Amino acid sequence: MTAPVLDVRNLSTHFFTDDGEVKAVRNVSFSVAPGETLGIVGESGCGKSVTAMSVLGLVQRPGKVVNGEIMYKGRDLLKLTKEELRAIRGRDIAMIFQDPLSSLNPVLKVGYQIEEAMHAHDKIANADIENRTIDLLKQVRVSDPTRRVNDFPHQFSGGMRQRAMIAMGLSNKPDLLIADEPTTALDVTVQAQILELLRDLNEQTGAAIILITHNLGVVAGLCKRVLVMYAGEIVEEGTVEQIFEAPQHPYTWSLLRSVPRIDANRGHRLLSIEGLPPDLIALPDGCKFNPRCPFRIERCFSESPPIEQVAPAQHAACWVTMQKAYADMGAGTITDTSPGAASGVHPRRRQPLATVAEAADVPAVLAEPEPVAEPVND
Amino acid sequence: MAAVVAPSFEEYAGGTVARAQVGLWRDGFRRLRRNRLALAALIYLAVLLLVAVVAVFWTPYNPATILPNVLTYLGPSAAHPLGTDELGRDLLSRMMQGAQISLIVGVGTSAIVLTVGVTVGLVAGYFRGWIDNVISVFINVFYGIPGILVAIILYLVLGRGLGNIMIAISATAWMDMARLVRGQAFSIREREYIEAARASGAKSGKILFGHILPNALGPIIVQATFVIPIAILTEAFLSYLGLGIPEPLASWGSIASEGYAALPLEPYMMLWPALALSITLLAFNFLGDGLRDAFDPRQRR
Repeated sequence: MTAPVLDVRNLSTHFFTDDGEVKAVRNVSFSVAPGETLGIVGESGCGKSVTAMSVLGLVQRPGKVVNGEIMYKGRDLLKLTKEELRAIRGRDIAMIFQDPLSSLNPVLKVGYQIEEAMHAHDKIANADIENRTIDLLKQVRVSDPTRRVNDFPHQFSGGMRQRAMIAMGLSNKPDLLIADEPTTALDVTVQAQILELLRDLNEQTGAAIILITHNLGVVAGLCKRVLVMYAGEIVEEGTVEQIFEAPQHPYTWSLLRSVPRIDANRGHRLLSIEGLPPDLIALPDGCKFNPRCPFRIERCFSESPPIEQVAPAQHAACWVTMQKAYADMGAGTITDTSPGAASGVHPRRRQPLATVAEAADVPAVLAEPEPVAEPVND
Repeated sequence: MAAVVAPSFEEYAGGTVARAQVGLWRDGFRRLRRNRLALAALIYLAVLLLVAVVAVFWTPYNPATILPNVLTYLGPSAAHPLGTDELGRDLLSRMMQGAQISLIVGVGTSAIVLTVGVTVGLVAGYFRGWIDNVISVFINVFYGIPGILVAIILYLVLGRGLGNIMIAISATAWMDMARLVRGQAFSIREREYIEAARASGAKSGKILFGHILPNALGPIIVQATFVIPIAILTEAFLSYLGLGIPEPLASWGSIASEGYAALPLEPYMMLWPALALSITLLAFNFLGDGLRDAFDPRQRR
């Protein structure tokens, strides 16, 4: 295996507020191989975005990275000076944001903003910048780019603005593109186009992509590997097939169950995960998912499960799953079985919930009660 | 009253599109043009500027020369439309020079205030932390001291001169600007496009002047417009006290002061500078109000 482009080890980011210390990201470790597409999923407030911000050193006061290493090409990003980190941002690791409407400066021309991203670094020769801007817009499929570079953001539709943001992100040929909810503010058809664009660009440019989303359909459509985060921790990690077809953590399982299916029985109520995510200031003891977990056992209330391998290339942090996995592997069993196990069938014994292909077809926006952005002619 | 007709789809769509296409600036100036008072003020100020520019090359008489064979305290006449002063100098020429001085002081002070206030405000609002604390405490402490007092003391220390009078007035006037810009920077720095710029590796200077400043330009221009009449009035006041620009340069303030002494003899000499000052200050205030209405997003209809 080649050396990872990004290797995050035991990252913890806390926010020091008046109400207490919000432990937004705790002990998160993951790595991204060159050219890989990694999805990070989880509900709002589970620490996905804070993880991304930590990587780029963009966490603002009162937030602070309190522990960990973020290795990029053998250098720990957390140990760099502000200026060294600035030189990496946008040049080697680029980021695109959720809301393309507010991510472009409204008073500056789109072309100017893309050029500016290149001028900030010396990777692209000054003489090439103007042509490259037009080429980039062409590459992200903005029609009539020679004219469009002189437009202001309000003259662009939502989808085009996100395309311009992607062009800006790719302008310095980064090794890694972090896309934080890139399609959330867009309508479904435009979502699909943007995902297709990201997929193509990943193949063409070889830039690794970290896709942050709460939308499982989006992950299925783009990513090869998936991290599932809950309450600031990674609870499960695996290939996209494993996550969708054989989820090992009850949270992943619950998430998948709450995706509306186009082929579902009409009389079926859409299932949701009961309860709310925990307060990140006062976390529950033991497994952070235990108050909402249908499969919890006694041990879940006292001890926090470590993330361990449960299948080839698949890791999960769940006592119940591990117990079963150990048994399957013929290793020693964990003895304190199920006095508290609630009703329900453990994910491991269930049939696959969905195949990846099916999940990608799900009109994912239905999972989102959030209003869709203005209609666009993209 | 005319019947209300619902717009057709095309009109409605056309209107929306047209509105979206109009930029901030054009939109603002369109609203400014609809404001009669601001427009009148703008026209008056244009004429005043013309007079001041003309005065550089030509005045009816040399404003500093004591004219031979001319009576002092002359009333308006064909030869001297505004009369003459206590030394027999032509008042029209002196008023024209006064307009020049007033505009130079007003605009010059405003430029200094802009440069200092905007830079300090941006730095405080963007970087926050200790640097903001230092600046804010400094401003809050000096805010309580009357600007005119600071201006008088500083001007006496610096010595007389057109440049020094502008510096003396700016010494306190920049603080309002800095406060305003700090507040703007405070809110704009939280916008997502600033975060996006930071994520793309933009340098702090670029973010400050290339991203935050353009978005705060509306209120800054309005504030800069309001600084001009304050500076003009302060200069006139200092000149009235005899502390202003050195003789024989004419300022509206010094003409008024000389006219006040001659009030029982010749009321016109007091009248002209008082009128010129009042109308000019009003005009700048109307223009400032008009600009604020035109560029304040909360006022947008």
